[in-house]
Amino acid sequence: METPLKHTPLRAWHVEHGAKMVPFAGWEMPIQYAGGALQEHRLVRTSAGIFDISHMGQLELRGSDAPAFLDYLVTSSMSTLEEGNSRYGVICDTDGGVLDDLFVYRLPDKWWIVVNAANTESDYQWFRRHAAEYEVEIVNVSDGTAMFAVQGPAAIEIMDDVSGGRISAIPRFGAADCSIVGVHCLVGRTGYTGEDGVELFLSTAEARIVWEAILDSEVARRADLSPIGLAARDSLRFEPGFPLYGHEISREVTPVEARLTWACDFDSNFIGRDAILARKEAGPAQRLCTFTLTERGVPRQDCEVFADSDGRKIGTVVTGMFAPSAEVYAGNAFVEPAYSKVGAEFEVDIRGKRKAAVVVKRPLYKPAYK
Amino acid sequence: MTFDKDVKYLESHEWARKDGDVIVCGISDYAQDSLGDIVFVELPEVGQTLKKGEAFGVVESVKAASDVYMPVSGEIVEINGVLEETPETVNEDPFGDGWLIKIKPSEPSEYDGLMSADDYKTYTEGLED
Repeated sequence: METPLKHTPLRAWHVEHGAKMVPFAGWEMPIQYAGGALQEHRLVRTSAGIFDISHMGQLELRGSDAPAFLDYLVTSSMSTLEEGNSRYGVICDTDGGVLDDLFVYRLPDKWWIVVNAANTESDYQWFRRHAAEYEVEIVNVSDGTAMFAVQGPAAIEIMDDVSGGRISAIPRFGAADCSIVGVHCLVGRTGYTGEDGVELFLSTAEARIVWEAILDSEVARRADLSPIGLAARDSLRFEPGFPLYGHEISREVTPVEARLTWACDFDSNFIGRDAILARKEAGPAQRLCTFTLTERGVPRQDCEVFADSDGRKIGTVVTGMFAPSAEVYAGNAFVEPAYSKVGAEFEVDIRGKRKAAVVVKRPLYKPAYK
Repeated sequence: MTFDKDVKYLESHEWARKDGDVIVCGISDYAQDSLGDIVFVELPEVGQTLKKGEAFGVVESVKAASDVYMPVSGEIVEINGVLEETPETVNEDPFGDGWLIKIKPSEPSEYDGLMSADDYKTYTEGLED
């Protein structure tokens, strides 16, 4: 029997506002609204968009051993994270295979961990399994938590307008408690688009009130703030080079293949550290690269990659699309390391037709806040 | 949603229109709306001969790639070159500037067997979930 799809607290709002709903990671989610994904993408790059990402999972961690516990489970050092700040990290199995990527916010009274929807339950069980040896308590609070993102050059002004000017004072990767129309929200100056903006966490019971208050604010109306679906979320994250679980990262790769060793603190003895170091030392068999097609066509996930010289298969596409801001047909692929360097040429098989491609410098879109 | 009365339709959502002795073919408004933003259109070579029901090209949207099928058998006599630079024309004007190919039919009677606008509208209503 199929498990029924989960609904975010805004499902009815999305349908009322012309969203096309699709199944995603066990949830029924808006893939796009009436104006289409390209328009949504461009709006976030030029003004601002609001995303319902309540499918994402949240775990709450408390206890005196929390810093040591996180340093053991997460590749990046969390014990060095300052209160009111957040950091990206990866969790790996002992063989270095990536189980998920996540964001950790260090708050005054707890640690707030944001994980991918598809992995929420398995991540929670992974954390729980290892919690026994530590003085920690971990709770999965995903069901009662709504999550929105407001992203784009106008996002901070919009959020200031609805929060009494609280947001612009939060630095990049900072987090703070705020009140929006009387509703308590945790706000992080984080995101997944390459634009400045925030991610908000609040109770599902009050999600619609806050969502509508943000959209109705005077600054939001002036900025034409609009809802953004999953299709544009994918192109917005692809251009600045952010990984997506099931594509650039998975159980099949380590942070070495996925170019995420920058998120590994090898001074700390995290799970998978030795295997990752060994892989780094030996050199991986495949490495992630970003390519653009030099002829027209749309590469897609699972397209095979061939060496142009001898026609040998050298890799596989994990993400592919027309990149709306870079205005190129582009993708990410895992290929043999010799072909992963900028300027390397290969061919992508798109439904039986070989299309010429060249490896380009990452990212295709430089984050606006850098 | 527009169901142009001057063209005939296929269950695979192409339309066909008689224009002198050629058949112009594109995809319906229903099809472009379901596909979403179109970012690439792959068309056949002029001079190629294909049978009714054979795939002649691919329309790719942000979400997916869809084959497009010949409404009648015949020779491809013209392709819409505008779509190479501006594939979004298919979204903007599916029955007009967004046409895909022109065919010189080898079996002109095949055209008569295609669906009318009313039949196609009824057919698409049956596809709604």
